[in-house]
Amino acid sequence: MNMHTDTAKPVDNGVNVEALLGAREALTEAPEAAQFRWQATSKWMRGTHTRSACEGFFGLGEAQQHRTAFTFDTDHPEVFASEDNGATPVEMVLVGLAGCLTAGIATVAQNREIQLNSVTAVIEGSMDLAGILGIDGDVRNGFDDVQVVFEVDADATPEEIEALVAQSQKRSAVYDIITNPTNVTVQVK
Amino acid sequence: MGAPRQSADRSASVVIIGAGHAGLAMSHCLSERSIDHVLLERGEVANSWRRERWDSLRLLTPNWLTRLPGFGYQGSDPDGFMRVPELVDFIDTYAGRIQAPVETGTTVQSVSPASAGYRLETDRGVWSAKAVVIASGAFGLPNVPAAARALPPDIRQFTPGDYRRPEQLPDAGVLVVGASATGLQLAEEIHRSGRPVTLAVGEHVRMPRVYRGLDIQYWLKSTGLLDETWRQVDDIVRARRVPSPQLVGTPERRSLDLNALTDQGITLVGRFAGVRGRKLQFSGGLKNHCRMADLKQARLLDTVDAHAEAAGLTLGIGASERFPGTRVPTAPKLDLDLGSGEIGSVLWATGFRPDYRWLDVPVFDRRGRLRHEGGVVAAPGLYALGHTFLRRRKSSFIHGAEDDARDLASHLACYLAGSRMPLAEAV
Repeated sequence: MNMHTDTAKPVDNGVNVEALLGAREALTEAPEAAQFRWQATSKWMRGTHTRSACEGFFGLGEAQQHRTAFTFDTDHPEVFASEDNGATPVEMVLVGLAGCLTAGIATVAQNREIQLNSVTAVIEGSMDLAGILGIDGDVRNGFDDVQVVFEVDADATPEEIEALVAQSQKRSAVYDIITNPTNVTVQVK
Repeated sequence: MGAPRQSADRSASVVIIGAGHAGLAMSHCLSERSIDHVLLERGEVANSWRRERWDSLRLLTPNWLTRLPGFGYQGSDPDGFMRVPELVDFIDTYAGRIQAPVETGTTVQSVSPASAGYRLETDRGVWSAKAVVIASGAFGLPNVPAAARALPPDIRQFTPGDYRRPEQLPDAGVLVVGASATGLQLAEEIHRSGRPVTLAVGEHVRMPRVYRGLDIQYWLKSTGLLDETWRQVDDIVRARRVPSPQLVGTPERRSLDLNALTDQGITLVGRFAGVRGRKLQFSGGLKNHCRMADLKQARLLDTVDAHAEAAGLTLGIGASERFPGTRVPTAPKLDLDLGSGEIGSVLWATGFRPDYRWLDVPVFDRRGRLRHEGGVVAAPGLYALGHTFLRRRKSSFIHGAEDDARDLASHLACYLAGSRMPLAEAV
């Protein structure tokens, strides 16, 4: 049973589910509009410090803009003899996973009419530096394991919360990007 | 062969484990120095060549280069490439010629330190020796990824050690994993047998068979690359892991590369990444692996051209040329569904490592690799021979055994004479 079915107060997680469902219907009819191309631009600053920005992207058949340009600094920490001007690129991947899964939880919860009170997570990726440092060719460069621990306070049963978290993984782009291979082409202009 | 001797222990100054080309080369070098020794061979001379190679295999080196200390190719086709029976005959003839003291049918079961050297337990009695040379081969155990255990049981799995011919494989598609010489050769012959092949390609080394009219092995030798030593390269651990170049020895002296396989209809996918549910997964980095191999091939040919120019070899040889880049599918397949019946077997052409399970001497690093300096193992009087880039880039080739065996025999002679040198002592 749902705890909230008797309450008068409407569930509000700040997600416009109607709009999303409308978009889903519209994009089923116009599959070409569903073709998106996300973009980041980057510029080397100094040392291991890079500044990247996300502003424009393509979707719904035309160029789109974020409300404003978002910039992100990536660097390496001082233990790597770097200046630590930003999170490491691998931490940015964890940020992406956190953002994607959490957005998914909020959306699914809204759709299932579950009121969220708080959602926090700790995301950890473990890595053996013997890979990127070329010490051991059998060790991969990337994460050997990623752990996400969510704490969700919601007007729902533990099973309903588990189901929210499971469904958010099923529909998460970043979860898919991390868990499945992707063709990557890198060129020099 | 007499009845198994179980009685008295036997001894020799040196025991060589394995009577393949490397062990025999060492036997020759020890005989030159009148050092008494014996070769313990689990089967017959050149045993792995007789029992653990596929039918169509030919050497990757031309006959003129195939030689052992004091013995070269005698036949009428110096530019040809030996088939396995010819090579077995070559090694067998050599063993007879040098009167190598081989104890055949003697499997070494353990080697452990003893008061005056080493104690070797075999299935035909115990031997003791002051020094031991490990020449049992670099290809004892296949390097099959751990993920292979996750494959469903109805998918048959093979390694180049047990593969003989395509007819062994189920009548269905085959995934060949690995793009070294072995992977490419077997992918081609299996695909030709009517079993559609998908080839998983990771890091690889591309090389034309013939360049400017001459065999690439001529150039590798003449530029000095084959003689480069383990001390001269920047990163020996990495150099020892470089996959064998994409070569095949055929009477037509043709090149074998990924483009040739694509033309024949073989599907290229990225490096084998793992198994997820019923799907095999491949890396999305195929383009980069191919691009790196193209760039490295071009750098090698630049080196060859510069050498030909500097050494005044350009007269009467072919013109310099560069080869088309590797063609990669726009969007290589990232997975293969094992439930579809498309694939019936997987061939792991992912390399081999030596088998040291019988070596009870603390000479291993934490990864299980032998600790040694150019074949001088980290225990007094223990030597190894025949491994990839042991002392030189050519170490694992038949013709590479000679210089390594001479160097190590010299070190070994000093050891037997009572001199104690650091492992890294130049010999």
